[in-house]
Amino acid sequence: MTEARVIPLHTESNRTEPARKQAARKSRAQAARSGVRREPARTGVRSSMSTTSSAPAPAQQPSPVPAQASAPRNGAPPSAPRSIPLPGGITGPGTGEELSPVRVVRRPAVAPEQPEPVPAQTTASELEEKLASLLGFLRRRLTGDYHVDEFGFDSEFADHIVMPLLRPLYEHWFRVETIGMSNVPTTGGALLVANHSGTLPVDAMMTTVALRDHHPTGRHLRMLGADLLFRTPMLGSISRKAGHTLACNPDAERLLNSDELVGVWPEGYKGVGKPFKDRYKLQRFGRGGFVSAAMRAGVPIIPCSIVGAEEIYPLIGDLKPLARLFGLPYFPITPTFPLLGPLGAVPLPSKWYIEFGEPIRTDRYTAAEADDPMLVFNITDQVRETIQQTLYRLLSQRRNAFTG
Amino acid sequence: MGPSVVLVTGVSRFIGAHLAARLAADPSIDRVLGVDTSPPTRDLLRGMGRAEFVRADIRNPLIAKVIASAEVDTVMHTSLSSSPAASGGRVAMKEMNVIGTMQLLAACQRSPRVRRFVLKSTTAVYGSSPRDPAIFTEAMAPKALPSGGWAKDAFEIEGYVRGFGRRRPDVSVTVLRFANFIGPRIDTSLTRYFALPVVPTVLGYDARMQLLHSEDALAVLEQAARRDLPGVFNVGAPGILLLSQAIRRAGRVQVSLPSAVVGPVSSFIRGARLVDMTPEQMRFLNFGRVVDTDLLRDTFGFTPRWTTMQAFDDFVHGYKLRPVISPARVSAVEKGLLATARALL
Repeated sequence: MTEARVIPLHTESNRTEPARKQAARKSRAQAARSGVRREPARTGVRSSMSTTSSAPAPAQQPSPVPAQASAPRNGAPPSAPRSIPLPGGITGPGTGEELSPVRVVRRPAVAPEQPEPVPAQTTASELEEKLASLLGFLRRRLTGDYHVDEFGFDSEFADHIVMPLLRPLYEHWFRVETIGMSNVPTTGGALLVANHSGTLPVDAMMTTVALRDHHPTGRHLRMLGADLLFRTPMLGSISRKAGHTLACNPDAERLLNSDELVGVWPEGYKGVGKPFKDRYKLQRFGRGGFVSAAMRAGVPIIPCSIVGAEEIYPLIGDLKPLARLFGLPYFPITPTFPLLGPLGAVPLPSKWYIEFGEPIRTDRYTAAEADDPMLVFNITDQVRETIQQTLYRLLSQRRNAFTG
Repeated sequence: MGPSVVLVTGVSRFIGAHLAARLAADPSIDRVLGVDTSPPTRDLLRGMGRAEFVRADIRNPLIAKVIASAEVDTVMHTSLSSSPAASGGRVAMKEMNVIGTMQLLAACQRSPRVRRFVLKSTTAVYGSSPRDPAIFTEAMAPKALPSGGWAKDAFEIEGYVRGFGRRRPDVSVTVLRFANFIGPRIDTSLTRYFALPVVPTVLGYDARMQLLHSEDALAVLEQAARRDLPGVFNVGAPGILLLSQAIRRAGRVQVSLPSAVVGPVSSFIRGARLVDMTPEQMRFLNFGRVVDTDLLRDTFGFTPRWTTMQAFDDFVHGYKLRPVISPARVSAVEKGLLATARALL
């Protein structure tokens, strides 16, 4: 863990590089003097997001690993390391009361360490079953024997082709942790509203994996995408098959009325293509069309906050002439793209948290109230504010963008 | 009140001829008049029974005489053509569609006996683009007006029919927007397209297709002829097929061409008289189109007997398409592979 790789929280982004290094060095020195001193800064009540707290507190964030390693070496009392959570998010025994609720619901991030069947031990009949299901799948695909709904959603395609491609990214690359999954209803229509970031809409894809794999009823998220997506050959048809449709009110209301879980990223290009310096600052939330759609359908709005996606492709520049040439909303320059060519497409392995907030009910409003712009604006603001506050809270609990 | 004298336009083609035949089979209808510029084929004529064929051009004011003298009370305008090749070129097709409809409407407006007017329109009026909502309802207008061809004709004709409805409020005007027809008996550019052993598609696109069995289309038209059901209705079968899925169900081989070579290939196919593919049909095969049929079910009171998938399968069986990739062979290969695996393990 070198200093250069560490991406600090955005409130300290205006601090100059030497100052940060100095502060970090200072904090390490302090840590070396006593590990106990670090405790208050760790317990989730850190509110350094808005206030300019003393330099050591935020600067400690990037360096939990060295501190942890150095604490025993410096002869710290045996009780001191107790309060320092392990980098993987696994907390030691007896530390629960010091953690915020967020930490409690964490799932162990190290999935591969779970006991799993060893291929050598699988019996021949299991293999045969697997082969039979694979061949059955291929036969159904080859003879067109599958169902597609009127939006073009092909659930077999989504489960057998799209999900397996995204799952390794979800499990091993971004090590996504979900929080508050119980806030997503198990049945019925609901509108999930999330913050958008990361230059490419990887956050949307990871949210679909989260809901399919980790929701109790394994719901398919039906996302509303920009028209650029559906205009693009390949991407458009794949998106339709994966269950997504154009972001417009008729489609949103139709999906919600047919009891689907719909995902929307109302910031759009403004959110996904914002510069790295503006990370985790919510942009304008469209025109509130998503709120009126939810109100007309009478379904709850679930604010969803995604932390980690901002760091995958830090957007440090935008080549506007090239963007105009290709008809794109922006042409990103990241530290690795276009410098490293195709390698620049590899996202940085940030650690992700997806928190599903408490549902905001809309069924108490009448259909006429969905046309009341002031009410729609108010609910839009409420959703936006909820997501922004949750982002700040998650960020304040995160120590490092890459280790979590 | 049921109709007593029905006029059917476009009677020398599949839909018109079969509609005339169905109405002629009903003894409660006194007369069924079929109008077209060319006589129906003998096969079609034999099925039409007591329906009378009147060789008349609806572009000609003579049509007014036919309507007045026969005391027509129900006009079934089913002659809209989507295929330039079948109507002798695009210019002739437009004349026939638009000018013909204007003449027909003028004649109907003059005749006090006319009580019901039914237009066979198309869902093509909604266009086909990636910027459209996934499912069109009757209240939606296309993002951009159709630039030309069949869809533009239908759009303009619907406008004239609306005008007619305003001027003659006593006439019940029904506009039926049909999805693409398919079935074992009908011959359209779509059925010819799927009959090609190797089906060219555009790389990177996979249309959502909503179809309608031709028998369901006839049943809807028949119902519209019998009862006053004013309004605009989308008519399509429930469910959809993806283009790639349909090609697989027909046992054809799909060849995806990059869009740069699609132009030359499609003009070759047109030139070789294999399939008469118009640009808007090409767009349909890229983006597809799905319409909402709630009004048809709830207000019009019709539920199609075939879903899109069933209608397509009926077409495949009815045409006796010999699958290039047959499901039986695929199953056999699957069983063979499984047996080999079992033997090896």
